Amino acid sequence: MKDWPLWEVFIRSQHGLAHKHVGSVHAPDAALALKNARDVYTRRNEGVSIWVVPSAAITASAPDDKAALFEPAQDKIYRHPTFFPVPEEVKHM
Amino acid sequence: MYAQMVDTGASRLRSREEMDADEQAFQARIDDGQKIEAQDWMPEGYRRTLVRQISQHAHSEIVGMLPEGNWITRAPSLKRKAILLAKVQDEAGHGLYLYSAAETLGVSREQLVDDLHTGRAKYSSIFNYPTLTWADIGAIGWLVDGAAIMNQIPLCRCSYGPYSRAMVRVCKEESFHQRQGYDLLLALCRGSEEQKAMAQDALERWWWPALMMFGPPDADSVHSAQSQAWKIKLLSNDELRQKFVDQTVPQAEYLGLRVPDADLRWNTERGHYDFGAIDWSEFHAVLKGNGPCNRERLQARREAWAEGEWVRAAALAYADKHAAAERHSQAA
Repeated sequence: MKDWPLWEVFIRSQHGLAHKHVGSVHAPDAALALKNARDVYTRRNEGVSIWVVPSAAITASAPDDKAALFEPAQDKIYRHPTFFPVPEEVKHM
Repeated sequence: MYAQMVDTGASRLRSREEMDADEQAFQARIDDGQKIEAQDWMPEGYRRTLVRQISQHAHSEIVGMLPEGNWITRAPSLKRKAILLAKVQDEAGHGLYLYSAAETLGVSREQLVDDLHTGRAKYSSIFNYPTLTWADIGAIGWLVDGAAIMNQIPLCRCSYGPYSRAMVRVCKEESFHQRQGYDLLLALCRGSEEQKAMAQDALERWWWPALMMFGPPDADSVHSAQSQAWKIKLLSNDELRQKFVDQTVPQAEYLGLRVPDADLRWNTERGHYDFGAIDWSEFHAVLKGNGPCNRERLQARREAWAEGEWVRAAALAYADKHAAAERHSQAA
């Protein structure tokens, strides 16, 4: 028999925080994926909310595109506040 | 360890000059302490070795439920039963984290399970020993999980991202396993003479198999050298074993139990315990399938898988039927 499909599991650890990827589970459908994720990834109060997403539905950037995607940001240091010196006299900004 | 004598496919460690450009870049990333992720290029040997190591580790967690499961219905109190249930459930969870990590390397769950059931894949030698008394549950938590922690803490820093993240989760939970085992033995050792004798008997049976878990000396092994270069093995088997002995002997003394080794003594010069020779013929026999429980363990796994077949099929049929009905109603 073929494997049950794979689902990626995301958990919100506390109210106010974003869901974070924690791992994956196999399940035949979304309802069972949620149940399995609950059993496998939240046995010690790890979360207040779970998302499950079919792994096949995720589009990921390719490692080979890393330079094209992310290098352009590296030389734009003026995008960070620390680029701008604040005069001593101006205390808080 | 939970993964013992993992074959890397290497016949010798190659120098940087002998590697092609991709391999050199890969090794440079590892030397630099970067994590390798599933989509990254990796040498085929690295991928295959990790599949072997992670799946062996996963199988050990799954088969490891069997010796302990033996005592769930026989735990002496509701408290101990609830603790043991939680621990065994954790082992299932650890197996699942690890199977998921192995699957990121392009191998299917079905294939992994099949490799275990046909005997192509190994699991740790330690789970082929029987749990004869309740004290064995304590000895497993204290010694077997204690030895596992020794190995798994450094693996949290291993080079493969999904494996290292799984190890972090496992280590967070493993400490409970060791402590509940020690606590169980402490209760027995503070109990009647009979209970203390039971704890002593368990230590005598589990001590040497626990030391064997780390695997034979591998300081000169080419596989070990390759795995260390790839940072999927961080310390040699003997280093880990020594750490384990140094940590565990004082704990045995506190329990008032005698470690079954006439050669065991503190070496002031080395700052470590010296200990007796290990009978590696027993280890190799167990690995070959001739331990006390090898056949029983594999048979239990195969039966559980076969008897669960209709559940897996039914759940999938149900999911398919509902997905079809939804498509139909959307079309209408």
